[in-house]
Parts: sequence; C-alpha cells; structure tokens
Amino acid sequence: MSALLDIQNVTRRYPRPRQRLLHRPEPLVALDNASLTLNAGETYGIVGESGSGKTTLARLVMGFEAPDNGRVLLGGEDLHALPEHILRQRRQTFQMVFQDPFGSLDPRRPVGWSVGQPLRATGQQPAPAQIAQTFERVGLSASDAERYPHEFSGGQRQRIAIARAIITKPRLLVADEAVSALDVSVRAQILNLLLDLQDEFGLAMLFVTHDLAVVANLCDHLLVLRNGRTVEQGPAQAILTNPQTDYTTMLLDAARVTPAGHSAPARTTT
Amino acid sequence: MIRASGITVRFGSHAALRDVSLQLDPGQRLGIVGESGSGKSMLGLTLMGMLPSSAKLDGQLHVDGQDMSTAADRQWRSLRARRVAMVFQEPASALNPLRRVGDTVMEPLRLHLRLDRKAAQQRMLELLDETGIQEPALKARQYPHELSGGQRQRVLIALALACDPALLIADEPTTALDAHVGLRITELLVRLARDRGMALVFISHDLAAVARTVDDVAVMYGGEVVERGPVAEVLRAPQHPYTQGLLAARPPLDAGQLRRRLPVVPGNVPAMADLPLGCRFAGRCHVELPRCAATRPSETSLSPGRSAACHHLPDPSI
Repeated sequence: MSALLDIQNVTRRYPRPRQRLLHRPEPLVALDNASLTLNAGETYGIVGESGSGKTTLARLVMGFEAPDNGRVLLGGEDLHALPEHILRQRRQTFQMVFQDPFGSLDPRRPVGWSVGQPLRATGQQPAPAQIAQTFERVGLSASDAERYPHEFSGGQRQRIAIARAIITKPRLLVADEAVSALDVSVRAQILNLLLDLQDEFGLAMLFVTHDLAVVANLCDHLLVLRNGRTVEQGPAQAILTNPQTDYTTMLLDAARVTPAGHSAPARTTT
Repeated sequence: MIRASGITVRFGSHAALRDVSLQLDPGQRLGIVGESGSGKSMLGLTLMGMLPSSAKLDGQLHVDGQDMSTAADRQWRSLRARRVAMVFQEPASALNPLRRVGDTVMEPLRLHLRLDRKAAQQRMLELLDETGIQEPALKARQYPHELSGGQRQRVLIALALACDPALLIADEPTTALDAHVGLRITELLVRLARDRGMALVFISHDLAAVARTVDDVAVMYGGEVVERGPVAEVLRAPQHPYTQGLLAARPPLDAGQLRRRLPVVPGNVPAMADLPLGCRFAGRCHVELPRCAATRPSETSLSPGRSAACHHLPDPSI
C-alpha cells in the first residue's frame, strides 16, 4: 500500500529581484530537497523558524504552487501533474487550517456559510443538517452557524476554521501555525480536538509550526528545517529525547520551562 | 524601586486591574505572566504612567522613591526620561524608519544627558556594543529595515539604556522574534540587569521565556495577581488552580506519551465586562466552592514572598 502523502525530493526556488542591469542574482532556495512520507492516521510535524521553508512546503502540498524539482504524491497521484478540473475535485481530500482564521471567514456572512464553502467549491450544496453536525463535532453548537465571525473568541474561530476544513471529510489536514496565536489554556483544547478528529476519521496531519512545544506530543514524525534545508528528520520521540544537532537542541531549550540559573550556558551570537 | 499597593484601573465601570500590589527592589528581576486580557500590559503601562486618559487610577504607586499615584504628565515625563525605560513587542514599528539607528540612540543622550555630539556618538557606540550588536559603527549608520528583528530589538534595548535607567520594563520583548533570537534577547536582559544592577519587569505570555529571565514571578488573570513567588517554586509547585492549569496545558517536551490528551482549562478568557465579581477564575476552575463566584479571595501568604489568591488553599491558621 502506498503512503497517503509522499513528498519526493522537492526543491522550490524563488527568483530574487535584479539589483544590477546585467547581473542576474542567484535564486533564493526556499526549500532544498525535502522528502517525507505520511500514512493515514499519522502526524508529521514541520518545525522551523521564519525563512526555514516550512510554509513553502505546506503551500506545495496544498497545490498553491509547484516545485522546481521533485514530486508531491497524494494517494499515489502526482499533485502538480493533475489537470485543473481533476485537482479541484481532489481538493476535497486535503484541506488547510491557517494561523489567523479571521482571514478565511467572510465578515459579512454567518459563519455557517463560510463552513459550507469548500462543498460549494466542488458544486455541492451543503445541507443545513450537515453544517449543524460539523459545528457540533468541533465543540460548537448548531446555532453558532447563524452568528458572525466577530462574535467569536480566537479559540472559537479556530474551531470554525477546523469545521470548514473537515466538512469535506478530507484524508489530509495541513495546519499552518494553527494554534500559534491562541492562549496556552485555549491551545490545549484545540490540540485535543485535532487528536480526536484524527482518531475518528483516520486523518493524516501535516503540522507546521515554529514552536516545538506545540507539536511535542502530537506528532509521530518530525522534520526540522532551517534556511530551506533539512536539519533533522525522524521519529518525534527520538528527536525530542535525543536531538542530534545543536539547532534542534536550541529549539528545545527555547521551548522548555526552566527557571533562570538552570539554563544552558550563554552564547552570544544573534 | 516599585511600591504599588491596591492599584485599580477602571475604564467606566469595568476594572481592567483590580487591587494589584507589587514590590520590586533595585536590581531585582520580576516576571509578569498571563494570557490575553489578563491585565499584564495594562500593569506595564500603569508603571510607566502611560495609561490612556480615559483610565482612572486608584491606589498607591511609588516609583523610584517618588509618589506617582497622582503624578501629572510632567512628573512622569521626567521620570521616564532618566530613571525608567520601556521596551515593547514590535521592534519594527518602534523605530523611526527614516532615521539611521545610531541617530535614534543618540537622541536621548543629546536631549536628556546634554552630551555634545562627539561624546554622544561615543556613548551610542558603547551602548550598541553592550547590547551585543556586532560592528556597532557600521550598524549605527544603517536604517531599521536593514537590520534583522533581533538586531532591531537590541537597538531598542540600547535606546532604553541610554540614560542609565534604574528600572527597565520589557513588554513581550521576545514574542515577535524567532526562538533562537528570543533566547539571546532574554540572555541579554539578564546580563544587563546583573551588570548594571538594574531592576527588570519582564512581561510575557511565554512561560519558558519568563522562567529563564526572572527571579520572581506574578501570575495574572482577569486583571488580578492570582499567584506570586520565586519563579522556580511557582513553576515546581503551583498553588492556584489557574497556574496549575496553565502549566499542565503545555505539552510535555520529552515524556514518552505520544498522542496523550492535554489537561485543559475549560472555556475562554472572559471579556472584561463578563468577569465574575468574586474570584475572576470562577466558572473555569476545576474546584469551585459556593463562595467563589460571590466573594473575592484575598491573597494568602504561603511562605515568605510566596502567595496565592484562592478560597481553596489550605487555611494556614488551622
């Protein structure tokens, strides 16, 4: 059986603006030769700081852009070789949750309308009962579908974004910093919800984050990226308990609650 | 350095801060930790005399030995010019984009310390060097957009240090930065506070950043301090149900329990207008006594410097 998601040696370069007339600058390598395989029901954590290429990877998997080298196979099909109308059909099987759900919810429409939007995009008419059921599944009440985005707190809005992502019963969920903007006490609620949904639907998850503390007990596998390059990759527990690089060790230090005086020796570079 | 007792800040009928007391000695590092809406930034603004004019302040506030409870803007300005400085979250928007960063750092040296141009320039380079900026002479001639986020935050810290403040208030100084840069900035703040004997108030939602930066911590919720004490003790044995929930809700970093559900604090942080009258945490708390919603728990001393405000604490007098 082939993996649900198979990323094979993808590289993505962006041209840099020309500074001089006759000199074409070297392109920026946003993602360099990244690979991973993800099976149904599993979670892959993509960890990195700004400029690491983690969001580029998520965008490649979502088909928002194409790699310069390598392939992204979803259910065995090369995502970027599919004709446009087939890709649109396939979109139901992979959905995304963003950091700021406010941007993906229409402020002038009740949130129930926004949650039904992925169905409309593939020509289906969402049934009110289906929307109500999805709201209840993410811990909101069916009547919340009639309310507007500004009436909800940050944590509730992220639940709405998750409802919108799961209404098509996807097989893969890509979460890009999905809990980073939430308060710690609310964040745990959303992480638990994602774990529950994963168990229920056998969802595969790609969890993109800068904060190692978020993914620690959520992920089966980890990919640590820096400046587009793979720093460390493998089973999450092995990396968390025995990181092999200074960079991963530093990310762990930054996330750990260690009172002053017990921390690692000071280093001086920025 | 700071003596605050019974500080209450009201906007109309809502109290954004309720009966907050603080004490900070010279050279001491105090962390203020809380989630959004906890009042931690409001407390920072209060200590700087930068509350919006619609706010009404009650209580006693002494900063650097001066009674600032009813101080006029002019008195605050002279205090801020020389003795108290502040660093904010967003280093990009706090610097003038049209000025070379060196000129920005020189401004308070010329204005408040009345140094001549040459002396100010010399001092500015020393300050950039002290805050860990490599090649200060080169960086001083650059504009904010030419620097990285971490370098900009270092410039702002240099600016804050210009007049040798006795107290530095840093409000979420690492939040907008990458993890490894944030780590370096907290190391820098600790070193500066130690070397200069400067008091530091470090405000953050990030427990990891607070833990590695301060000696003592005050945990805020709903505009009140719910627990305080030496940071190692509070983190090791939190007494208030909110602090307990906050710590438990963090995923463990090395425990081998994959996919374990995290203990959660139910509900959301309520809006200021919806806060319960009694204990502010009533309604989200896992222990709730009949009096919690109606009666405000007073701060109970647990050991020297350590206290919590909760009806559920074991009564020390029994």
